[in-house]
Amino acid sequence: MPHFAIIAVSILFDGLAYAMFLFITSVGLSVTMGLMGFVNLAHGAFAMAGGYVVVTLTRNLGVGFVPSLAIAAVVVGAVSIVFERGLYRRLYKSTDLEQVLLTIGLAFMAIATATYFYGPIPKSVPLPEWLQGDVNLGFRYFPSYRAFLIVLGAVLITVLWYGFERTNIGAKIRAAVDNRRMAESVGINVDRLFTLTFAVGSGLAALGGGLAIQLLGLSPSFAVLYLVLFLIVVAVGGLGSLKGTLLAALVLGVFDTAGKYLLADAGGFFVYAVTVAVLLIKPAGFYGRE
Amino acid sequence: MRIIGWLGLAALAFTVGGTAQAETVKVGVVLPFSGANADLGHQIDKAFDLYVKLHAKDIAPNTVEIIKRDEGPPTGAVAKTVATELITNDKVQILTGFVFSPSAIALAPVVTQAKVPMVIANAGTAWITNLSPYIARLSFSMWHHGYPMGAYAFKSIGCKTAALAYTDFPPGKDSTEAFKTGFEKAGGKVTESIPMGSPVQVPDFTPFFQKIKDAKPDCMYVFIPSGAHAAGVMKTYGELGMRKAGVKLIGPMDLIPDNKLQDMGDAAIGTVVMGNYAVDLNNAENKAFNAEWHKAYGKDSYPDFMSAAGWDTMHAIFDAIKKLNGKVDDGAKVIDAMKGWTANGPRGKVTIDAATRDIVQDENAMEVIRKPDGKLGVKVLGTTKAVKDECKELKVGRCGS
Repeated sequence: MPHFAIIAVSILFDGLAYAMFLFITSVGLSVTMGLMGFVNLAHGAFAMAGGYVVVTLTRNLGVGFVPSLAIAAVVVGAVSIVFERGLYRRLYKSTDLEQVLLTIGLAFMAIATATYFYGPIPKSVPLPEWLQGDVNLGFRYFPSYRAFLIVLGAVLITVLWYGFERTNIGAKIRAAVDNRRMAESVGINVDRLFTLTFAVGSGLAALGGGLAIQLLGLSPSFAVLYLVLFLIVVAVGGLGSLKGTLLAALVLGVFDTAGKYLLADAGGFFVYAVTVAVLLIKPAGFYGRE
Repeated sequence: MRIIGWLGLAALAFTVGGTAQAETVKVGVVLPFSGANADLGHQIDKAFDLYVKLHAKDIAPNTVEIIKRDEGPPTGAVAKTVATELITNDKVQILTGFVFSPSAIALAPVVTQAKVPMVIANAGTAWITNLSPYIARLSFSMWHHGYPMGAYAFKSIGCKTAALAYTDFPPGKDSTEAFKTGFEKAGGKVTESIPMGSPVQVPDFTPFFQKIKDAKPDCMYVFIPSGAHAAGVMKTYGELGMRKAGVKLIGPMDLIPDNKLQDMGDAAIGTVVMGNYAVDLNNAENKAFNAEWHKAYGKDSYPDFMSAAGWDTMHAIFDAIKKLNGKVDDGAKVIDAMKGWTANGPRGKVTIDAATRDIVQDENAMEVIRKPDGKLGVKVLGTTKAVKDECKELKVGRCGS
């Protein structure tokens, strides 16, 4: 295989793995923002919480890495319901500013709580043997953890797509995102629907947080450090759109990786250039409603 | 909250000391206590606290009052604000701390104008000490590690070619420039020089490292701010199988901070760094320092090179207070008292060069190994005594002005 083709495949592979992480972590934020118009800046805090659940399970209780990911998603998803019912719902009718103040406050409290219990030093997780090596694709070796990310991402996309497009609940969510008042007037309980999507979204964020430990490292500041990245994915994809979030994650993930590989001097600039370009042409994102 | 504790301690020392002339010296500590780099601040802060606790009697009847402020992110803006407040409102007589170079750079004109000595416990950009006659540095310049590493890598590690990768802010550029100068002088060839984004976020290192792996240099010299980045570098290096591919990982000691080393795993083994400190360094002061540290902070807490510099920093401040008998209102006198100061600390013998107000210290080439007790540690491969900041000796770029 010619040299440039190897580089192209390599960029695609690394970019795809990064994109899967972005998608898994951001999709919940997109759907809840699209559904309720609620600006949830504490989304990163749920991701961070998921990361710490995985750390505790694997390091202190000896649970395997993959089961820990699943448990973290379920636990954080369940706990997020308490927050949604107890705090968030009071502010659904409030202004954006009040919502932002509540949720960023929650994020900072989460950082302080995590620092208190785990300390500010970044944590790592023990990975099973089969995730530590690399995969031989014939012309090149790839880290197996990244291959795992891509496979997991593909599975989740299929499940989410099926749930969103083919089930009754998915149809209700889509209807509520499209026109909330109309959906309510035909008898859909949007409140309960929102609680459900919020929990699923937070659970996915927790899964993303668990996956990120190996990718970016986990420290308490994770809650706000990568929030900008998640918000960019949501904005570029368009609020409430599964397809949009996926496309945005893919474009940003691959462009970021390609930029860093090919033009390291310009490095992190590419993500922002792509964001600006997309939003200039489509201000509501790829699949957002104008 | 801790401030109140210190006030109490100061008051206690005051009553014990008894004499009427006892002075209370106000020392402002500026360190990152929040954000991604909070642990760096804590590493130095713990050393400060420990020194003050164990050596308060050395300056009796005088006492110190420590006032702590958050340095904020590595941009300098927050540090400048809080340090200016410390000078104008709290009337501190000595400023210390400063993990990040941008903070020290932003503050240099302020301390010059206020005539307040600024004793740097970490920030390592070489030319910082040139910015103000009121700056003294107890930590290191990036050239302390980078420059000797250049020659060492070529002669002893077998690096004929090397790629450079660094976090894109002043100390990163400085460290790679230092390595490059030493490396090329010895006969090595630099294949690649890759900036890896800002120090604020830990990036996904994979594309950068993959590019280096494809270029197949003998070695890769990496500078990152010692913190969350270090763990990320080691993970990506291990994940991409770069050691197996024949690319050795080398760098300044920031790559393997002692308090994060145990978490880095097998990927770290074989990494060679140049640095002034490691927990495993074999000298009496270091053994005592580690013992006191574990006693105060538990057996799972480790000091690192920042803590060692923090310890020596407070030592130098205390000695200046003692020498001036607590009369530290004239900042120039405090700096004069520190010129030529020398002591044995956890890093070995350290001296403040009278001409440059920068530190002179021993540099060790260290390799990460698995110790017999199963923990990760370092083996000292070689030591160079009394290393000065070569950037100022050679008058490179801004170091010459």
